[in-house]
Amino acid sequence: MKGFLVVALVTVAIAAAPLVASTYHVLLMLPFMAYAVVLLGLNLLFGYTGLVSFGHALFIGLGAYTGAFLTTHAKIRSLEVILIAAGALGALVALPVAALCVRYVKIYFGMLTLAFGMVFYTFVLKFYRLTGGDEGTPFLRPSLLGRSLDTMPKLDYLVGPYYYYSLSVLALAAFGMWRIVHSPFGLCLKTIRDNPTKAETLGIGVIRYRFNAFVISAVYAAVGGALLGPPTGNVDPTLAYWTHSGNIVFMTLLGGFTSFFGPVVGAFVFIYLQNWVMSVVPYWRLIFGAMLAVIVIFAPDGLVGLVSRRRPASPARA
Amino acid sequence: MILEATGLTKLYGEFCALDGVSLGVAAGEFVSIVGPNGAGKSTLINILTGVTRPSAGNVRFKGRDVGGGGPVRLARLGVARSFQLVQIFPDLTVLETLQAAVVARLGRGRRLFSSLARDREVQEGALEVAELFGLGDERHVPARQLPQGDKKLLDVASAFALKPEIILLDEPTSGVSTADKTAIMDTLVAASKRVGLKAIVQVEHDMDIVFAYSDRIIALHQGKVLANAVPAAILADQRVMDTVVGRRPGTSRASAC
Repeated sequence: MKGFLVVALVTVAIAAAPLVASTYHVLLMLPFMAYAVVLLGLNLLFGYTGLVSFGHALFIGLGAYTGAFLTTHAKIRSLEVILIAAGALGALVALPVAALCVRYVKIYFGMLTLAFGMVFYTFVLKFYRLTGGDEGTPFLRPSLLGRSLDTMPKLDYLVGPYYYYSLSVLALAAFGMWRIVHSPFGLCLKTIRDNPTKAETLGIGVIRYRFNAFVISAVYAAVGGALLGPPTGNVDPTLAYWTHSGNIVFMTLLGGFTSFFGPVVGAFVFIYLQNWVMSVVPYWRLIFGAMLAVIVIFAPDGLVGLVSRRRPASPARA
Repeated sequence: MILEATGLTKLYGEFCALDGVSLGVAAGEFVSIVGPNGAGKSTLINILTGVTRPSAGNVRFKGRDVGGGGPVRLARLGVARSFQLVQIFPDLTVLETLQAAVVARLGRGRRLFSSLARDREVQEGALEVAELFGLGDERHVPARQLPQGDKKLLDVASAFALKPEIILLDEPTSGVSTADKTAIMDTLVAASKRVGLKAIVQVEHDMDIVFAYSDRIIALHQGKVLANAVPAAILADQRVMDTVVGRRPGTSRASAC
């Protein structure tokens, strides 16, 4: 139950952050929580099913644009409606994309997801009337739980109600994903990651499970994407660009894809580190590139893997 | 006949791996398929388990045509298999591996939010098979850390966890020391009685094992059935013994496999 205690403590710490930390740092927590939701989903595909997607920015973008469109064009401001719509649209778009992609593995899967990501990026860039092109679309301040908070100063809104709303979504998302990876379905995904040939002879339909995992991960990415909108108040095509897909894969590797919370830790470290490095030197990608190389070579299980060895290399515990 | 194959032919380009092979396996039988390298043994097993589609001919399981139906369908119908090169889930523990098989058998893989740990039927089913194969003490060990013989056992055990009606074993004792071979076979035969398995088909190189355990032996040579008879009849047939075995069982350890 040590793990449970750590999670509880961290949750309390995040909840207490707005009371003690500076507004600047608290604001950085907002994208962290949004990315954490995205990464919980991405890792179902990456860490648990063994498929590395280089196109999940598509679903982040989709979720963010759903929110922008609803608040700007459809006059729908309820964040609950936005998140549900983003998730539903994410699933809908994932159906054909997943159906095509999950027939392939490894680099072919990666390239195919990348290709779909590029198609979507071009779409949001060129369909100016719907998306605002390279300028993007405003994401108007959403109402929370039916309460319009338009009169509140923006910072108060973000570090107050919106912060706790994001934390609640993250907690729900994490709980849901925890159930998924510890379900019979989750076990079947792990068999497919480890050895698809063997999984098939046990009667586990590999393609169908990969498909389901892909769709679930897309829903998570879209919901997380929608949460990214309100803090900046604007959604633009860089959210859907392929380097963004690369970033979230980086976060996953940084934290460690072999543990449940690894990617979440990765998102946290990535965002704060990126912010710090950018304030010191102008070329953060150079630093991060070198860091990525070090992680892949020396710590393939990421930061969490460094702290806790996954399973002791000793014989039977029984 | 629980499993029946008629006129199986498999062509790989010009090469004819199987040439009109017909065979049947009755309930209660332990059948061994033997033959020199390249005789078509693995091709035959792969066709019988739906992994490979035959160029011609068909496979019937309990009277139903299952040729080329794919391994997933066959596993669900009750045809299980193990592999020549041991197939495990490296990062899953012994228990998790067996749980996966039980989950698949019970059709619970679609349960997205239910707790695996609290599913008693899955937990007990997996533990039962682990004990049956003497893997109980290693149940929390990741498969990749098991000794070779236990990996082999786990591969077979996970097939048993499907509670199949028939099991096809592609060299169940290959890559295992001679001393361990008999132990594996004894465990396997004992377990098959416990789970109510109807028939076992194995491909095996070790003639001592073949003659010790088989009810019937099918000898393949160059893609054709050379002989299909009880062990005593095979032993008596000098032509078959020379082609397929190359020696009499028990005469030399050095040339095993």
